[in-house]
Amino acid sequence: MITRGARRAALFVVALVCVASLWEFYKIVGPEEGAEIFGWRLVPRSSDRAMPHTWEMVQRLFDPEVRGRNTPIWRAVLGYSWYTFRMALAGLLLGGAFGVALAIVMARFKVLERGLLPYVIASQTVPLIALAPQVAAIGGNWDLPKWMWVSSLGAFLAFFPIAVATLKGLGSAQPASVELMDSYAAGWWRTLVKLRLPAAVPTMVPGMKLAATASVIGVIVSEISTGVRGVGFASLTYGQKATSDPAQLYTAVFGAAALGLLMFGLIVAIEAIAMRNRPREATA
Amino acid sequence: MSSPEPHTASAAVVVDGVSMAFNSGRPNQVDALVGIDLSIHSGDFVSLIGPSGCGKSTLLRLIADLIEPTSGTVLVNGKSAKQSRLDQDYGMAFQQSGLFEWRTVRKNIELPLELKGWGKAKRQSRAEEMLDLVQLSDFGSHMPWQLSGGMQQRVAIARALASHPPLLLMDEPFGALDEMTREHMQAELLRICGAAQTTVVFVTHSIPEAVYLSSRVVVLSPRPGRITDIIDVDLGAERDEDTREADLFYKKITEVREALRGAEGQTSGPTGVRGVEDR
Amino acid sequence: MSAVRAVWNVLVPPLIVGVLFVGTWEIIVRVFDIKPFLLPAPSSIWTTLGDNWSKVWDAMLITGANALVGLLFGVVCGVALSFVLMRFNVVNELVTPLAVALNAIPIIVLVPVFNNMFASTTEVPRRLMVTLIVSFIVLLNVAKGLRQVSATHMELLHSYAASPSEILRKARIPNAMSYLFTALKIAAPVAVITAFVSEYFGGSQNGLGYGITSNAAISRTAASWGYVVGACLLGLAFYLAAVLLERLASPSQRSTHHQPTNQQSTNQQARGLDPGGATA
Repeated sequence: MITRGARRAALFVVALVCVASLWEFYKIVGPEEGAEIFGWRLVPRSSDRAMPHTWEMVQRLFDPEVRGRNTPIWRAVLGYSWYTFRMALAGLLLGGAFGVALAIVMARFKVLERGLLPYVIASQTVPLIALAPQVAAIGGNWDLPKWMWVSSLGAFLAFFPIAVATLKGLGSAQPASVELMDSYAAGWWRTLVKLRLPAAVPTMVPGMKLAATASVIGVIVSEISTGVRGVGFASLTYGQKATSDPAQLYTAVFGAAALGLLMFGLIVAIEAIAMRNRPREATA
Repeated sequence: MSSPEPHTASAAVVVDGVSMAFNSGRPNQVDALVGIDLSIHSGDFVSLIGPSGCGKSTLLRLIADLIEPTSGTVLVNGKSAKQSRLDQDYGMAFQQSGLFEWRTVRKNIELPLELKGWGKAKRQSRAEEMLDLVQLSDFGSHMPWQLSGGMQQRVAIARALASHPPLLLMDEPFGALDEMTREHMQAELLRICGAAQTTVVFVTHSIPEAVYLSSRVVVLSPRPGRITDIIDVDLGAERDEDTREADLFYKKITEVREALRGAEGQTSGPTGVRGVEDR
Repeated sequence: MSAVRAVWNVLVPPLIVGVLFVGTWEIIVRVFDIKPFLLPAPSSIWTTLGDNWSKVWDAMLITGANALVGLLFGVVCGVALSFVLMRFNVVNELVTPLAVALNAIPIIVLVPVFNNMFASTTEVPRRLMVTLIVSFIVLLNVAKGLRQVSATHMELLHSYAASPSEILRKARIPNAMSYLFTALKIAAPVAVITAFVSEYFGGSQNGLGYGITSNAAISRTAASWGYVVGACLLGLAFYLAAVLLERLASPSQRSTHHQPTNQQSTNQQARGLDPGGATA
């Protein structure tokens, strides 16, 4: 197990090195001002302004964010990423709680399920994130701190995958087990707690993974509309300054990457805990 | 045919004039059972046997109060079937063991005791006792998926008997097991239930299984299910591997088989005797 | 249950909920006299949309075109890459951890990077982002389909001494097809979402995302909501097209047998989305 993990990590590093090498290779080979194919600028510019060297990106991390100040940018970016992470986590927890609650209510009252489920499912095909600026506009008017609105949008996006997955999971208990609980004259709520919820866990886990990424993206996008200073906001503002300070943008990208990996690690840990003692799924 | 059933107060299960129709009143009504009268005494081991669709599982579920009859009454332990269920007077076992995959073997056995509100120490000691009874003491901390099919069914039986109920209802519990395991489990079941004098109602579609296990075999006709015959099996209280080779055993098997064939002739249904095993 | 009754049961509850929702919204706005720049009433959204329709439609076309181009290229790249991964294990070992990591990262933040590398005045950066995200969704799902053929089928083909390429054609590809359609049903709305979220990160000033943010910024909220409606319609249209494609390509095929492997996206489809309903 350890060696497998070490091997994967090593391969990951090798893959990163390959990507960096490809980047530098293109810088050497590619046209400075880019090129057009069929009238489309499909070949990217390889100038130092457009594509900084990989080592320049790394080095930029240690330079200050704003000239004249002392704090190196990696600190600032780390701060932004951590802020975004916390908002996304809050959104995930809030949305998850509501999602599970709604799923339970829908499982209990079939009438509600028939009425609401089509909307819940449809919500996953339409871009709810389009509402981010609206939420920001509403939020700007009330006195609550801005980060709560950003978190709320994350919660809103996390809510639906978890609700759908939980509802599906609650219905996945084996019929024999349901009959068994019936034969014990266990009421609906006891059956929920002892049978349906534990049975739902394997189905809920993928839903939670989706919800986590949804929350992160929701938060990042909302930052743009609300001006909350997280990593999304940073990438936008650095991007606007890209012509004068090209490497700076990439520091924000690294920050976002770190944030994503942290969330990913958290979810993997939760999955391991939730699924311990469960049979492994057979894979080919 | 059967002798008239005396209704006694000590009868464990009394089924009186029960009929069961699904989708009653609608064009797709299905008459699963018609006019069932059955009396099961305390300590009896009664098998319900019949072709697929004859309603034997339905009858079991009526006794368990998992469904309600369209007409007629079911009494369990002198109470209504519903009250019996609310009082948790019986244990039930199904073809799929229905164990909770997220609980250890031990905690699976404790489930009915939790629902009865037993304290932790009492639950644990009873669970140990049951594990001993089904000879799985070493596997208490295992997860169900780590056990073989036969072992899982043993856990299911231990769970069904955990609260020492006077009545055990079983719906083809050994149906998914191979022949050797099946015979072994049959012997185990007799040992376990014999010791506690548990009344057992056992649904099966295997003739040898029904004969080996039961004191009486109830034969049902194809749909709509009626009791066409009740065959006494007097192989004695002590049954073992030699029993399977006794002349009386084969004689009883033939008797049941012929009763089933006869039942087929009495029905208005279109099908023959399907779904009954001769193994 | 008759067919009419069944349809009634399915349609009426959501309809009632929908009407109740819109009605309550309208009432709340009027009764509480909520300012229009805060939360417009459905009626005003409707009328503004009517006035603005041609602009919204144009924006839908632009964002839709970006989504479509990205979707097409993404599917092609994803499928091609999955074949390469299947054939060359070395590439598989290198790319997979990268794909897993990229799965976790919100790569939408790369849009400014693309704006920098390509021209920020064309649609190329946005289309590239859509292509990238769609490729990953398709890659993960199709690769799984190519790899995970049932053991029974493999044994059967081996007993016929089938060559690797025959196995590919007769078992792997048909298996992968159903995974492809699963991926498509996820990727289609994701393409729309990615297309217009990319617009939030700067670039040319057209498209639905731009319409939403610019109108919201100047408090023309009803108009902004109009673009939101446009975005929802677009997303729904793409999803329905994907479902239609699946039905046309293989009427008997159901992509419902398995857990989809999902890339990041803002709104994901859980398994329950397939109208066929059944699950693994």
